[in-house]
Amino acid sequence: MYRYDQYDQAIVDARVAEFKEQVGRRLRNEITEDEFKPLRLMNGLYLQLHAYMLRVAVPYGTLSGVQMRMLAHIARKYDRDYGHFTTRQNIQYNWIKLEQFSDLLDDLSKVEMHAFQTSGNCIRNISSDQFAGAAADELADPRPYAELLRQWSTLHPEFSFLPRKFKIAVIASETDRAAIQLHDIGLQLRKDESGALGFRVYVGGGMGRTPIIGQVVREFIPVGQFMSYSEAILRVYNRYGRRDNIYKARIKILVNELGIVEFTRQVEAEWALLEPLGLDAPKAEYDRIIAQFAEPTYDLAAPDTLDLSDPDFAAWVSQNVHAHKQPGYAIATISLKPKAGIPGDASSAQMDVIADLAKKYAQDEIRVTHSQNLVLAHVRKADLYAVWQALDAADLATPNLDLVTDIIVCPGMDYCTLANARSIPIAQKIAAKFENDIEQQRDLGELKIKVSGCINGCGHHHAGHIGILGVDKKGEEAYQLLLGGSGAEDASLAKILGPGFDAEGIVGAVDKLIAFYRSARTNPSERFLDTYRRLGAAPFKEAVYG
Amino acid sequence: MGNHDRVASADGQDQVAVGNAAAPPLDDTPALLRFRSDAPDDGPLSPLADFLADGNAAAVRLDPADDARSLIPHLGRLRLIEVAFPKFRDGRGYSAARMLREAGFTGEIRAAGDVLVDQIGFMRRVGFDSFAPAKPLDLSVVKLTLERYPYVYQKAADGLQPVWALRHG
Ligand code: HEM
Ligand code: SF4
Repeated sequence: MYRYDQYDQAIVDARVAEFKEQVGRRLRNEITEDEFKPLRLMNGLYLQLHAYMLRVAVPYGTLSGVQMRMLAHIARKYDRDYGHFTTRQNIQYNWIKLEQFSDLLDDLSKVEMHAFQTSGNCIRNISSDQFAGAAADELADPRPYAELLRQWSTLHPEFSFLPRKFKIAVIASETDRAAIQLHDIGLQLRKDESGALGFRVYVGGGMGRTPIIGQVVREFIPVGQFMSYSEAILRVYNRYGRRDNIYKARIKILVNELGIVEFTRQVEAEWALLEPLGLDAPKAEYDRIIAQFAEPTYDLAAPDTLDLSDPDFAAWVSQNVHAHKQPGYAIATISLKPKAGIPGDASSAQMDVIADLAKKYAQDEIRVTHSQNLVLAHVRKADLYAVWQALDAADLATPNLDLVTDIIVCPGMDYCTLANARSIPIAQKIAAKFENDIEQQRDLGELKIKVSGCINGCGHHHAGHIGILGVDKKGEEAYQLLLGGSGAEDASLAKILGPGFDAEGIVGAVDKLIAFYRSARTNPSERFLDTYRRLGAAPFKEAVYG
Repeated sequence: MGNHDRVASADGQDQVAVGNAAAPPLDDTPALLRFRSDAPDDGPLSPLADFLADGNAAAVRLDPADDARSLIPHLGRLRLIEVAFPKFRDGRGYSAARMLREAGFTGEIRAAGDVLVDQIGFMRRVGFDSFAPAKPLDLSVVKLTLERYPYVYQKAADGLQPVWALRHG
């Protein structure tokens, strides 16, 4: 994975020093809270219901064992012994004290980590495929390109006061594990007819209160020019994105108001001016970064067989383990959705276990997924059983990846000032109905439930096969039910099924939906989403409200 | 240290100008912080629309929604372009300045209004070389801010080489 050189380290050190100085000026009242707010937001520091919340960046979701150990240390020393992995592959801490913040930043910078640009109206942490570098179906590792974007977007002088936040995701497979069509810019690596590498560029996807699927502005931009092309997109957005209304300020609204044809014309015209200015890094820099993501030295003699005689292990393998491009290796997903747990939470002790396993068995590398799980991307099949046993002992081996209990959920009313309703307890109540019967879950197959505590949609409810949205109904917590969303390559937006429910009602409604699906599917490989797409909303509505 | 030399040679006026700009800010007039050695333009500023209608002025003011590129045919006779920042959060002026520099403008580009010390590093990079902040800036903090970063990650309008160029230079 990428290691800082002297330049990267010097910039991070300067940034940390700058923010400490800004905090100092705020504490001495030399700047107002209003002036301080964008500064702290650009350093991932939110003021929440009970305390400061800090979001630490995990660039493109990849971190080393050493970094994971530091995240555990931070949880132990500055928080309440746990952290929360987010849908944008970062980690959040909910109980940070401002006085300790300087020390915390110092600790992070010791392991090449920071919290820059994890919030605020700037280009946020770049996200990517959690199977990058290991997936059997990828064209090349997408992370070197994400790293190029990380550097380009860090402290970008023109784009640090955008109309609104800006999220970019990069993938290199046909299978979309990073929800690129729901990002402000989604980049998909592909080849043109001559075999040259480039990107298909989607712009204007997003969730929030106006969910929109991204549209293609360019079928192919050569990799050597994608940075100047991104610069052109950002400039058009910075100049013309709406600033009169925060809810209409994302690039998706601009794209929709101009129409994709006119928006594309403006981007191309801008790019024609920018491209000759030499904004793209030279090939030598691409090569330098690509070399740092070189494949690990594989054990070529590693056996490609697995002993599945332990049925619990076999269940985990069939659900949570994916094919690796290297024979003898596998990709293992660590579920952060245990029974009665809080989706995405990991304790310090669990983080330490994972760091140990990464070091011992997985090339010292860990990934964070957008569905709030973790991944060990390069595990010898021969070591999988030992890995599984250690995970199991730490309550990290729930075999439920992509199943009904693998729920994405935002912090909701338990932590968030913007919430209309609690979301964590709803997810827990739904999961409780299924979590004791893994066979039943497996029988139901892939089923993505996503819960947000308000219209901002941090829990991706628009992209849920079943989406749940907390709303405020005359001062009472209430929940809307949406069906048919997908954040994958077959992206679609979920639609509201009918009137909302209270907390008890929504759990019952999900039950009825699932029972109906079970009876209506044509065969066990037809997913919930497929059945919904085949039959439409009417029979599901009938099943719930009828 | 070697690197600070690089910053200074690309943009030699920084230290001096900050040092010389230390005239005490008056309460009723915003202090002007300049990074140029020529004399400031004291002439009246025309709003863009007036300028485009009967373009004789040598100084023009751009509001956030104005199209900076509409000045490109007239850059040769402009000495000062002031870019208004009514609210610091409105970042359109950063694009305006950089586009003017990209078009070859070498006159003064001034950021005026809600200009805060934490922004002027970015503003210098996109091509601003004078500042008329509504609230006077603490010059010691300005100096600290401008000397903060030893390297930059991307090209802008200040001639600094990004780290990718230094790495492979
Ligand atoms: C608790 C503090 C949080 C606050 C105050 C907050 C606030 C917001 C707001 C206001 C939006 C809507 C922005 C817009 O539509 O323009 C948003 C979107 C989003 N947030 Fe959060 N959020 C919080 C936590 C989280 C967490 C924990 C996650 C991940 C689990 C998350 C992931 C997202 C995502 C994925 C989106 C939608 C993506 C998009 O903007 O298109 N947020 N958040
Ligand atoms: S969706 Fe709403 S309630 Fe949930 S974290 Fe985001 S802002 Fe808070």
